Amino acid sequence: MNILRKIFYFYIDGFKNMGVGKKLWLIIGVKFFIFFVVMKLLFFPNILQTQFTTDEQRADYVIENLVKER
Amino acid sequence: MESTLLVDLSRAQFALTAMYHWLFVPLTLGLSFIVAIMESLYVKTGNEEWKKITKFWMTLFAINFAIGLATGIIMEFEFGTNWSNYSWIVGDIFGAPLAIEGIMAFFMESTFFAVMFFGWNKVSKKMHLLSTWLVAIGSNLSALWILVANGWMQNPVGMEFNVDTARFEMKNFWDVLFNPNAVSKFLHTIASGYVMGALFVIGISAWFLLKRREILFAKRSMIVAASFGLLTSLFLVFSGDESAYQVAQNQPTKLAAMEGLYDGHSRAGIVALGQLNPDKQIGDNQEEFLWSLEVPYALSFLGYRNINAFVPGMDDLVFGNEELGIESAQSKIEKGKVALDALKEYKNAKKEGNLIAATTNLQTFRDNECYLGYGYLDDPKSIIPPIGLTFYSFHIMVGLGGWFVALFFFVLYFSMIGKIEDKKLLLNAALFSIPLGYVAGEAGWIVAEVGRQPWAIQGMLPTGIATSSVDETAVMITLSLFAIIFTALLIAEIKIMLKQIKIGPQGESHV
Repeated sequence: MNILRKIFYFYIDGFKNMGVGKKLWLIIGVKFFIFFVVMKLLFFPNILQTQFTTDEQRADYVIENLVKER
Repeated sequence: MESTLLVDLSRAQFALTAMYHWLFVPLTLGLSFIVAIMESLYVKTGNEEWKKITKFWMTLFAINFAIGLATGIIMEFEFGTNWSNYSWIVGDIFGAPLAIEGIMAFFMESTFFAVMFFGWNKVSKKMHLLSTWLVAIGSNLSALWILVANGWMQNPVGMEFNVDTARFEMKNFWDVLFNPNAVSKFLHTIASGYVMGALFVIGISAWFLLKRREILFAKRSMIVAASFGLLTSLFLVFSGDESAYQVAQNQPTKLAAMEGLYDGHSRAGIVALGQLNPDKQIGDNQEEFLWSLEVPYALSFLGYRNINAFVPGMDDLVFGNEELGIESAQSKIEKGKVALDALKEYKNAKKEGNLIAATTNLQTFRDNECYLGYGYLDDPKSIIPPIGLTFYSFHIMVGLGGWFVALFFFVLYFSMIGKIEDKKLLLNAALFSIPLGYVAGEAGWIVAEVGRQPWAIQGMLPTGIATSSVDETAVMITLSLFAIIFTALLIAEIKIMLKQIKIGPQGESHV
């Protein structure tokens, strides 16, 4: 328990005493929001995961793409 | 194959994200080790000046790491959306390395990063030093798994194509891990990161010396970085040679494009400098270069370890050379089409429950499987990558690599004899070599990735087939969005970094 407390306060003190780190965390937060919420949800669906329910269907779709007339 | 515009847009989008990602990664790879060396000197000597030096460079390392963090994840999004066929086909091969990379990066970096930045005066000196080294090692090991995946694309080994699941399945993990292409690519890539880190430290230290600020700090930083840079730049040359050797064995069209070699010959020389003839076409009799300076025998020796070896040119690889046993691209295309037809018939026979036909077609497919990718091509000349871009990128990379060796040597020499602060020209050269490090790194990736076209997986899957059938407008929008976001991140990095550099090592050094 004592060790957990020490680890907890290690992080708390570290975050409290940050200098340029505060600005960096802000950039990381904004970036993660843009990447994982805006970009991933709106623009980057996983096509095979969203369009098909089983691996067999996904495999058939890809095979069709591989052998279709070109 | 999808429309040329869609394929080009998807490629441009991936290239943009990969190139921006690579602006952040090399400095992380190199600076992490330089910081670890500096901290080792602090722990060994107990000299507070080394602690100050370590903390300054550690802060710049943190800025670069934070801004670059997760820029690589975008490529994984793109795999699922824009490259879904490819993503499915390679899923079994890439799954393991990328999962290891994710877990390792998360646990090693997140744990030891905290100790590295928050742990000054809270953990023992040795524990802190260990954390710094583990961050450096962890960052570099993360790169290993990504480069194993990339090496496999350049030279697919240790796998078999499963015709029922449409996937390349891993048969031997060790073959994939110790794939010669992956090993040489990993070593060459991390070495380029080390050189970038050294250039960065030397360049900024040179700025301090030119401004007559922080003299002791700058001189000590320079000695560490120049020593590290000289050793790693020499290793970069060695690993680059091994990388080119692997290209000669597995990707002869890339080697021919790198050297602008149309007509293959024995005792081939390396073009050290030259201007390609823009009118030259595959198979015609025009001169390859408008002018060139050649090192005799060097290409045969470096590519095949034999000065008399025959190095095939693009004409040999497209039209074949019976005398030397080089198969023509047309012959490979025909065999590839046999493989594709057999795959199609196999699937039909399985659907109809005709086991005899399925077995026969599967055997035909296996007999021609290694030509699978060629079956999608129509023009034999399409096996050749963009020649100008590959050739000039390769020569820019090599030329700059040579310059970096010389720069590190002279900086180290004048630092050791205590005259570095008088060498204004050298200090300016060091400062202006920081962007050159990035140019060399990006040029290297252009050689690796543009040079392997038309393939997403060498010989097995052309880029056009790897692409998803998605809306071109959506790709255009995301391409533009990425250009804006990444440029904003780059500007943020440069601004924060410059501010911190101007404050210098005397300022507040808490991350």
